[in-house]
Amino acid sequence: MLLNPAIMALIGVSVVVALLLLLAAGFAIQVMRHWDIHSGSELQLNLERRTYLISTILSYAFVAELVSLLLFVYNAEAMSTQFVGAMCATGVLNVDPWGWPTLFLKIAVFFAGGAWLILNRLDNQGYDYPLVRIKYALLLAIVPLVIAEAVVQTAYFLGLDPDVITSCCGSLFTPESEGVAAEVSSLQPRTAVIALYASGGLALLSGLATLRRRGAALLFAGSGLLAFVVALVAIVSYVALYIYEHPHHHCPFCILKSGHDFVGYYLYIPLFAATVLALGVGVLAPWRRIPSLVQAAAVDIRRFTWLALLGFTLFYVVATYAVVTSNLTMQGVWW
Amino acid sequence: MKTLILRQKYLIDFTLSSLKRRLAKNLGLLLVYTLIVFLLASVMLFTHSLRREAGIILESSPEVILQRLVAGRHDLMPAEYLDRIGRIRGVTRKAGRLWGYFYDPAVQANYTLMVPRDRELGRQEVVIGAGIARTRGVDVGDFLTFRSSGGRAFSFRVVDILDADSELVNADLLLVSEGTYRDFFGIPADRFTDIVLQVRNPSEVRKVAEKLTVLLPDARPILREEILRTYDSIFSWRQGIVFVLLGGSILAFVIFAWDKASGLSAEEKREIGILKAIGWETSDVIRMKFWEGSIVSLTAFLLGFILAYLHVFYGQAALFEPVLKGWAVLYPSFNPVPFVDGLQVATLFFFTVFPYTVATIIPIWRASITDPDAVMR
Repeated sequence: MLLNPAIMALIGVSVVVALLLLLAAGFAIQVMRHWDIHSGSELQLNLERRTYLISTILSYAFVAELVSLLLFVYNAEAMSTQFVGAMCATGVLNVDPWGWPTLFLKIAVFFAGGAWLILNRLDNQGYDYPLVRIKYALLLAIVPLVIAEAVVQTAYFLGLDPDVITSCCGSLFTPESEGVAAEVSSLQPRTAVIALYASGGLALLSGLATLRRRGAALLFAGSGLLAFVVALVAIVSYVALYIYEHPHHHCPFCILKSGHDFVGYYLYIPLFAATVLALGVGVLAPWRRIPSLVQAAAVDIRRFTWLALLGFTLFYVVATYAVVTSNLTMQGVWW
Repeated sequence: MKTLILRQKYLIDFTLSSLKRRLAKNLGLLLVYTLIVFLLASVMLFTHSLRREAGIILESSPEVILQRLVAGRHDLMPAEYLDRIGRIRGVTRKAGRLWGYFYDPAVQANYTLMVPRDRELGRQEVVIGAGIARTRGVDVGDFLTFRSSGGRAFSFRVVDILDADSELVNADLLLVSEGTYRDFFGIPADRFTDIVLQVRNPSEVRKVAEKLTVLLPDARPILREEILRTYDSIFSWRQGIVFVLLGGSILAFVIFAWDKASGLSAEEKREIGILKAIGWETSDVIRMKFWEGSIVSLTAFLLGFILAYLHVFYGQAALFEPVLKGWAVLYPSFNPVPFVDGLQVATLFFFTVFPYTVATIIPIWRASITDPDAVMR
């Protein structure tokens, strides 16, 4: 393992967050078993008081997870000078087989945590906490994810060995090699473009439908998630090429570098924010008929849908702008 | 939206005045907090600037250095190896170098003697590094005398002192002419210390090194990127070691913060009780305490970071210099180039603010669920 402050910080944060969530999980089990809003017993009073603690802990924990996702990618980028063959974060994530799973788990925790916080926010607005059981059941589902993330990340950092010759993004994202990365990058750019704009259109339309009619929220969440996955694939197989102005450079991390005007941040931040908000809308939608939540749910759904639509629009505008203003022209080659 | 912001503003206002009321207690916490940030930030800023310095210096060094090995030890390089290498595609320049170490008993330090490639020197002329000038107390025009390995005394006239800006590498450097060098160490005319090659395209460097090992099996190529990587790992490793050592103090600080946050005075308890009696909710109290923690954290973080910045870049990092830089008799004094990196700040934040926040969550909650009637009775 490399004894590096950023690595120590990342491991520390994950372990602490996992412990906090275990604590919260213990409480969640108590709530699911004993919660009774109509009871005036000592136990119920205690449980009600403790919900404040759990909300606070979880908000802090998920914010810490978000920052640690950023730090993880940033640190992988910075460590690329310490491994033979690595030229950016891709190479560093490749040094150990647990590298990519860590990143994916971190992203999953980010989405799960964000959606939970949105649900929690709604529940706290109802005077009788109508969603308390559902909320804590969901929390119990998130806990294993967070623990898995802490374990996998520790395994990854322990396995980092500077003597391993890793491969840079140039050799990982080539259609000739094997694996998911290769599959993703060997996708026909034409297919990628069509999928990108089709999924984007679907997300935007279902978002607008959610604003007008109330029935489309779940569709919006689903299409938002789809748009997210397609967008990541499209960045690797299509958008990145135009940003690098090189038909064979597929890396999803190099676009975060200063040499490309940090355009990656303009792509990823709106995309991630919009997706988590869309998921949040999907999580809120089933509860909008509960009497104590009718008004709050309507306001929240509307607000989050608008914000998510804004995020998606921003992402597609930036992606399109990057392609249109690029000096790379592949018209005759690809279509 | 506007009401939300206004509400937070009032909460912050209230928090500030409540912090002011318990000035001594909060100043104590702030002091310890600032000190922790200061220590960690100093280590970080210093090692990072050393790393950068090393990178900047190595930038202009040759891509490949070729050393001859005999029985596993570094040996002199026959000049005919330059011809044996011949023309390798991609190599733009190749040259033999002459350099070595010399122990000066007068100041008990090692010097590096070198034949410069870009300047002509006379038989008795020498150019010295600023470190040597300082230690020996010589200036341009003065004479330096050394005894060679053969026992002969060599007198040199100092013609120039090297730039103090790059003192990290040239503090102990002596530049002499090729003839003097060979005489001084008794090295035959057909031998070099090593050979350096310049390769134009960075992605061809490894191929060139591979060809060299085939052409000259008894030589080993050392790549610039390998040296850089080693420096990088060593400095971040040293930084990590210091962080582990400081881990104890971080832990002590966390316990301290926990204690401060949970040890609510009777007066504070009454205050919270009154707030709740006049209509504050538990979440409002938590929010107020959140702002309190944020104000303390941010102040300590900024203060600690600024102090560390001054310490490292204007005070020569006096506290950590020997641990992080290593040590020698003839040591370069150098001023690190001020540089702040986002990753470093984020890491530092996780090492200080995050533990503080976690340590204070439960005490804050305990304070906020206080029943008004329980404290006011």
